[in-house]
Amino acid sequence: MAKMNMLQAINNALDIAMAADEGVLCFGEDVGEFGGVFRATSNLQQKYGKTRCFNTPLVEQGIIGFANGLAAQGSIPVAEIQFADYIFPAFDQIVNETAKFRYRSGNLFNVGGLTIRAPYGGGISGGHYHSQSPEAYFAHTPGLKVVVPRNPHQAKGLLLGSIRDQNPVLFFEPKRLYRASTGEVPESDYQLPLGEAEVIKEGDDITVLGWGAQMEVIERTVELAEKEGISCEVIDLRTILPWDVETVAESVLKTGRLVVTHEAPLTGGFAGEIAAAIQTRCFLYLESPIVRVTGLDTPFPLTLEKEYMPDHLKIFEAIKASIEF
Amino acid sequence: MTTTRSEVTYTPTFTDGDEFRLPTFKLLQQDGTLYDGAEAPDLDRDKALRIYRAMLFTRVLDERMMAAQRQGRLSFYMQCTGEEAAVIGSTAALDDADMIMAQYREQGALAYRGFTTDEFMNQLFGNEQDYGKGRQMPIHYGSAKLHYMTISSPLATQIPQAVGYAYGQKLAGEKHCTITYFGEGAASEGDFHAALNMATVHKVPVIFFCRNNGYAISTPTIEQFAADGVAPRAFGYKMQVIRVDGNDVLAVHEATRIARRMVVENNSPVLIEAMTYRLAAHSSSDDPSGYRSRKEEEAWREKDPILRMRHWLQDREWWSEDDEKALQESLRREVLETMKRAEKRQPPALETLVSDVYDVITPALAEQLEQLKAHIRKYPEAYPKSAGRGKGGA
Ligand SMILES: Cc1ncc(C[n+]2csc(CCOP(=O)(O)OP(=O)(O)O)c2C)c(N)n1
Ligand SMILES: [Mg+2]
Repeated sequence: MAKMNMLQAINNALDIAMAADEGVLCFGEDVGEFGGVFRATSNLQQKYGKTRCFNTPLVEQGIIGFANGLAAQGSIPVAEIQFADYIFPAFDQIVNETAKFRYRSGNLFNVGGLTIRAPYGGGISGGHYHSQSPEAYFAHTPGLKVVVPRNPHQAKGLLLGSIRDQNPVLFFEPKRLYRASTGEVPESDYQLPLGEAEVIKEGDDITVLGWGAQMEVIERTVELAEKEGISCEVIDLRTILPWDVETVAESVLKTGRLVVTHEAPLTGGFAGEIAAAIQTRCFLYLESPIVRVTGLDTPFPLTLEKEYMPDHLKIFEAIKASIEF
Repeated sequence: MTTTRSEVTYTPTFTDGDEFRLPTFKLLQQDGTLYDGAEAPDLDRDKALRIYRAMLFTRVLDERMMAAQRQGRLSFYMQCTGEEAAVIGSTAALDDADMIMAQYREQGALAYRGFTTDEFMNQLFGNEQDYGKGRQMPIHYGSAKLHYMTISSPLATQIPQAVGYAYGQKLAGEKHCTITYFGEGAASEGDFHAALNMATVHKVPVIFFCRNNGYAISTPTIEQFAADGVAPRAFGYKMQVIRVDGNDVLAVHEATRIARRMVVENNSPVLIEAMTYRLAAHSSSDDPSGYRSRKEEEAWREKDPILRMRHWLQDREWWSEDDEKALQESLRREVLETMKRAEKRQPPALETLVSDVYDVITPALAEQLEQLKAHIRKYPEAYPKSAGRGKGGA
């Protein structure tokens, strides 16, 4: 075990993946000698050479198109998009190409080796274009997997799991946690499973579900709630697509209540999908309506970021309202 | 019908276009004298001093605001340092009512147009007087009255937009054009190529101004493109192109002046590639020591565009050491005093969270705002920017 922050854990995962398999390549804007604007790819070029870790020209549709081709050829590209907010020039390559490569060719060809990493989420005074959480756009695209880790240990295991998964994976890294989240991480090579949620804490009265940086916010909320005698079951969804409906449903069948929280706007957010699926599974067991605590239906703001965010106080109020319903 | 005018050949001939070399247009030497054979440009004293003042203002603003960022008074900053001649020399060659669609490092253009220090500060501090209502990061300025489109961070998106804007100007019968600024890195985006192609196909009065400053964050041009800069791409779209020394304010001004004539009179779009250097870090979040040498930076510091222009002005006796000292001092004072006032202003009202998403606030947004207000009333100490603020607050 070693103490690492999330960036170190991600860097370590990339290092292990590149050492273990020569087919693994890391590239994107500024990822080469410099090691990326957040330094997630530090020293990889120095260690594995310029042919396996390199800067690309500044063109996201090019980066992902190139990565699709590489993956189709059998390599294992790990492409970095500098910020999730800048993934949209590559939207066509991801939604129409990456996601449909296997299906449209009758499985003659696939880009299963591809992993796309992108720093994501708010909380760094980034305004509109360094804060967004675009998971719901991609969750609407069959063929993709979407993963969001909550801490360094999870980040390393889930990233190694993503790189080795036989399907294309979008790996969104909550950048607010890059240096803020530290913890013990095994130095060895290990993988955590995709498509499986994790019950982080067991409880009886209400299920509180989130992913990524929201897990830290949920943790603070739960402290408040438990002081009021409310016993919370906490679940980290970890994989947004395909998501683990079983684990969530099982929990809600027990607690009868569910709060889902994410930073992205309410309307069309992934919490809506979860609420719909869970009410179908658990209708007769629900004690109160499923509640969503999310960002507002606005672009991501700057000066009033605090007001916009689904913080611990908003989640706490939602928990109380659900209990008192 | 085809636009291809190709002769027939019976031997297989390949070319990478390398036989065609684009020269760099220069007028002014670093010591302030013109190159031999260079013709004195059409620039009068008043205009020259207006340009120089804007350049010096930009330098002073950048130094002060970067220092303020280091002190934690500002969340983020980006300097134009080293590129003042490229940006201001070109803007000055336009009509003040021509449209500017910039990338983010072109605050000098706004300064030249007369954006006040107060207006700069209000945006930088995102206070209630910021035109953008505190919604965007520092340096994302905009001004309708100065014909300066609000900056958007996603790179290159403004380039095809400029083509559309200019096409509208042409249809409206305006004798105006649009200039769009962008870095050599942003020119790798698909939007750049789409924009150039549409501009010549539709004969649009637009000037594409590329600031080739050597880097896109840490990525040097050698890893950005294999070609001889950005300029040769114009040939592929049959566009007029010129490469100019971006640290030479006279050459930049002259090239842009002629380009504007071609654009407005003939609807013939032009690409200008200004060769310059980003003397400062990419932004306050960046440290260039990780990817380039001090020696390289020093070599470019020798080519300081402001110093070069000052030498020229002094040579003509349009400017003196005393003028320089007085202006520097007054600019520093003004920037500091204005900053102090701006940072004390209130943040924007809570309503600004939900306004402007659409032309009117939708019922759903109104409901979300009411819920938020009730929540803030319950926990006022957790939201100090909005709690207890009369009309705007909760
Ligand atoms: C679509 C998009 N991708 C990536 C970024 C992140 N980014 C911001 S500035 C920058 C470098 C731009 O370099 P250049 O165009 O040369 O302009 P310069 O900073 O040198 O003025 C990058 C990669 C972005 N803002 N938008
Ligand atoms: Mg550049």
